[in-house]
Amino acid sequence: MNVGLWRAMTLVVRRELCLSFRRPDQLLQPLVFFLIVTTLFPLGLSLQLSALRDMAPGVLWVAALLSSLLSLDSLFKSDADDGTLEQLALSGQGLTVIVIAKTLAHWLVTGVALVLVSPLVGTALDIPGSAFGVMMGSLALGTLTLSWLGAIGAALTVGLRRGNVLLSLIVLPLAMPLLIFGAGATDRAISGVSAVGALYFLAALCVFTCTLAPFAATVALRITLE
Amino acid sequence: MNTAADGLRVEKVHVWRGDRHVLKGVSLELAPRELLHICGPNGTGKTTLLRVACGLLRPEQGAVSWHGQAITGIEPKYQAALAYASHEPALKGDLTALENLYFAVGMKRRATAQELRMSLQRTGVAGCADLPARVLSAGQRRRVAMARVLAMGASLWLLDEPFTNLDAAGADLVSGLLQEHVGGGGSALVVAHHELALDCFVRRLELTP
Repeated sequence: MNVGLWRAMTLVVRRELCLSFRRPDQLLQPLVFFLIVTTLFPLGLSLQLSALRDMAPGVLWVAALLSSLLSLDSLFKSDADDGTLEQLALSGQGLTVIVIAKTLAHWLVTGVALVLVSPLVGTALDIPGSAFGVMMGSLALGTLTLSWLGAIGAALTVGLRRGNVLLSLIVLPLAMPLLIFGAGATDRAISGVSAVGALYFLAALCVFTCTLAPFAATVALRITLE
Repeated sequence: MNTAADGLRVEKVHVWRGDRHVLKGVSLELAPRELLHICGPNGTGKTTLLRVACGLLRPEQGAVSWHGQAITGIEPKYQAALAYASHEPALKGDLTALENLYFAVGMKRRATAQELRMSLQRTGVAGCADLPARVLSAGQRRRVAMARVLAMGASLWLLDEPFTNLDAAGADLVSGLLQEHVGGGGSALVVAHHELALDCFVRRLELTP
């Protein structure tokens, strides 16, 4: 084998980024969804500013989870449909490496973008600027964890014609701890209390999923390929 | 001349698809400098056999070995030695022909853009190198897929219907490439409906329903 693991991974990541930027609509849709859903809440509820601030972390996190789910469906599906997944599976690099690289690339184009626009949403929901750091950090950890969880769901539903509903049903229950600790961290930061505990918990969840999810997703994909 | 431990060996594989018994104890041996033509009517498991041979499908019974070792134990080594072309061209429509080759071949070996362009030229699609694969015709996509097999530099070719969508010149081209590959010490497992008109040694394996 004269292609190293690192080179193979960067190649897959580059391929995924290249494909994403050729299809900017798929990149922008989840972001626009995130922006619209979060701005609908203040419009529809006409609450006092203080009440809005109380709801803000929950609204922000639910919208982030749902918008991340939108793009998960295509994680393995498009490659499975056109036969390139078979080529990747036979590339001699092991399917796990490919799952890891594809999931990381998916997070880079969806999760990171979501984190970058979150201050905009934070401002709309009247989250104080001092809480932006914790909000963005928790979202970064949360979306990465969700990408790992989503990889399992996407791998399990890749062979189904309309798998995206089932994908949501598989992933959302698993994402509950993310919502609790992510919204919790943001909430604490808004009230000016230290959010370190919740952030640590999110980081632990992220490490936990990234060590186990690639293997689970690999097994699921292998079953689909058969 | 060739020992059993040399090359690919499929022993008595059985595959069920649901309650359908697709492969019923099929065996084959493929040594270097050999081409095995798998033929038979539709639905007799030709593609299934090819997928078993490349390791995508694990048979319920039987074994597949490469140079005397079971392929499940030497997956990375075996995969590096094979080039598989499914009946779909397996190209990304949004990537150019050259990028498609770059990302697929790059996983197996370091290939320069020059080399990749050369293999596209050999299959007669050098002019399509910088066009997105979605604008190519079915025949051109098949030729790009063949260029990918060529560029992988593998010793074992597993081709599923490589002549589909090709014009007469294209079919001759693929026959020529197969002949050259087998003549150069490689081996090939080819699923095809029609007869192969090749000068090299071709064995036939006919699958029956």
